[in-house]
Amino acid sequence: MAKNPSHSMRTPLGRVRGLGSAKSGTTHWWMMRVSSIALLPLLLWFVFSIFGLLGASYAEARAFVAAPVNAVLLLLLIGVMFHHMAHGLQEVVEDYVRAELPRLFGILLVKAACLLLALISAFSVLRVAFT
Amino acid sequence: MSEPIDPRQANFVGRRSDGSVVQRPLSPHLQAYDMMQITSLTSILHRITGGAWSVAVLFLVWWLAALASGEGAFNTAQNFFGSFLGVLVLFGITAVAWYHTLAGIRHLAWDAGKGFDLPTVFATGRMVFIGTAALTVLTWIIALVAW
Repeated sequence: MAKNPSHSMRTPLGRVRGLGSAKSGTTHWWMMRVSSIALLPLLLWFVFSIFGLLGASYAEARAFVAAPVNAVLLLLLIGVMFHHMAHGLQEVVEDYVRAELPRLFGILLVKAACLLLALISAFSVLRVAFT
Repeated sequence: MSEPIDPRQANFVGRRSDGSVVQRPLSPHLQAYDMMQITSLTSILHRITGGAWSVAVLFLVWWLAALASGEGAFNTAQNFFGSFLGVLVLFGITAVAWYHTLAGIRHLAWDAGKGFDLPTVFATGRMVFIGTAALTVLTWIIALVAW
């Protein structure tokens, strides 16, 4: 392989051929599609649940979240939603932040914030369900 | 570089294979268009609504955390969502969520290789806007009846 690829006469395809597959190259793109499809029924369920929770008292809201089916679906929604959100916001950072370090820290910040918010939400659901 | 700069050739600096600098035309970009088109508008709005929905999720986190921490915190959250400002925020979230959902379904159709011809692109773009308005209003009619 040439020391400076930009001076090489070889095509980009020729340079990478034989170096193995891209492995997780399409994972980000694919998971955005999978999570978006999963979110469609989850959000419909969530919106209909909110209709029942409008103006709910503290006890009513706790009873709703603590119900096994609702707790599991809420945890599923939290997991899929924050996964989709983290990966979507990562695309925004990758598109608009050019410099290497700010881009790296931007992506790490997005991932950390989404993980933190997901854990707060999931812990809250579990706490309501188990107390 | 004495010739007038075409907006489509916005200072793109590339290199020839021998390493010398060359100015190459960039593919037509935003500044080459003098008006917003439905294709670019739906794309830009999809990204904006995605970002806005990310912020809106904070209200769900707040509601869940308040529910877990006690009756006082829960009532504070519930009172906010019942206030004028709270309803305004929820209405905005509803519109943003429906737009991102419908435009997302449009993207999924494209990913399946469907609806790429221009008449269909324009039609589905209009359907996203009309659908967003209709579903937002419908959601709030049901919500106000259920409240």
